[in-house]
Amino acid sequence: MKTRTAATTPRGLSKDGLAARIAHDIPRGAFVNLGIGLPTGISNHLTPDSGVMLHTENGMLGMGPEAPGNAADLDLINAGKVPVTELPGASYFHHADSFAMMRGGHLDVCVLGAYQVSARGDIANWHTGRPGDIPAVGGAMDLAIGAKETFVMMNLLSRDGAPKLVPRCTYPLTGVGCVSRVYTDLAVFLIGDEGVTVQDMFGCTFDELADLLEVTLLDRTRQGSR
Amino acid sequence: MVSIAGTAAEAVAGIPDGATVMIGGFGPAGQPVELIDALVGSGATSLTVINNNAGNGDVGLAALIRAGRVRKMVCSFPRQADSRHFDQKYRDGEIELELVPQGNLAERIRAAGAGIGAFYTPTGYGTPLAEGKEIREIDGRHYVLEYPLRADYALVKAHQADELGNLVYRKTARNFGPVMAAAAVTTVVQVEDVVPVGALNPEIIVTPCIYVDCIVRVPAPARAPEPVGAGQ
Repeated sequence: MKTRTAATTPRGLSKDGLAARIAHDIPRGAFVNLGIGLPTGISNHLTPDSGVMLHTENGMLGMGPEAPGNAADLDLINAGKVPVTELPGASYFHHADSFAMMRGGHLDVCVLGAYQVSARGDIANWHTGRPGDIPAVGGAMDLAIGAKETFVMMNLLSRDGAPKLVPRCTYPLTGVGCVSRVYTDLAVFLIGDEGVTVQDMFGCTFDELADLLEVTLLDRTRQGSR
Repeated sequence: MVSIAGTAAEAVAGIPDGATVMIGGFGPAGQPVELIDALVGSGATSLTVINNNAGNGDVGLAALIRAGRVRKMVCSFPRQADSRHFDQKYRDGEIELELVPQGNLAERIRAAGAGIGAFYTPTGYGTPLAEGKEIREIDGRHYVLEYPLRADYALVKAHQADELGNLVYRKTARNFGPVMAAAAVTTVVQVEDVVPVGALNPEIIVTPCIYVDCIVRVPAPARAPEPVGAGQ
């Protein structure tokens, strides 16, 4: 009897599994901003002994977990406007300082969701460009170019099956040449001067990835086609 | 010299039609709801409003927009799950939108208060929001020229003021308050508490009184609407 292969059922990592993987890759003691949406879930996998300190764009370092309902304080919210808590050692500052912290290259890592990432590290994540859609950019453009490293967390394929890692973004850009790693349900990609390198694969093979994408891939997994 | 207004209505009474008004707050945190309600009541119209968002639910900034008083919004994140009044006016072509990346919004406001003529920022380079703007390459990196954002009035919410107008804020409700207070010709602040001069530790004052023109005590500010769903 024939075993079903990854080609027919590329399952990959769950959102939570991917969040755990990214948390594992964040250096100890790093200052980190997690974008709204998918990346917020990474905080569930950062242990206190990691020493990671979370920044939120609305003026806080040392952000703690979401506040339980009965402890919600509307003066203490995250970028998604959800009530959160403060950890020992937290600090508050005004918006211009918060974005200077970002733009000035003081954050070690920021993790963003995306509609598309290009092979040269461009990111599109703020506007579909469709007529009638009301554009909203928030802090995305500042975050994309500000941190020392910008990671993207996304599914490799859109709901209709189109690859989101592309030769060139077709959605309006958020930032140019700023993404260094792309974490997806199917693989981790490094973006550098030499091109796009597959660092890790989850339930699929290098050849399957190469078939899915129009981007030229380099293989660093040393597992080849499994 | 700071004035202490008896009511929010008195505090905003001088705002004329056509004024540019900065309104502090990031979503509900730091939104001076009572001052905005008073502005709705004052009847001032054709306003240009500078705020991070474009109103939530039916109160505060959303009520001002709903009442048709806002000609133009300058903001970073208008579209939210409950920004229905802005959405409607925008789709009907009744409100103009200047969309600004959030860090550029904060820095343009800061620049106005700090007397900076313009500045080069890497944010937005290569994107549609930099189209038509001057670009300069400095040490191998590309920057976009951005100009200050000034206002006739700033409406800010702080936690406490002393009788001179020195301000302290509470947690993430600080957000745009300090930079807006410095960037407007006239800054009006609602606070939960006014304390005697000398009662605030000078080391912890965030906004010095030089930036504040009028304070009004609003003891238990109504909570701004909590957004349904998320938004930056």
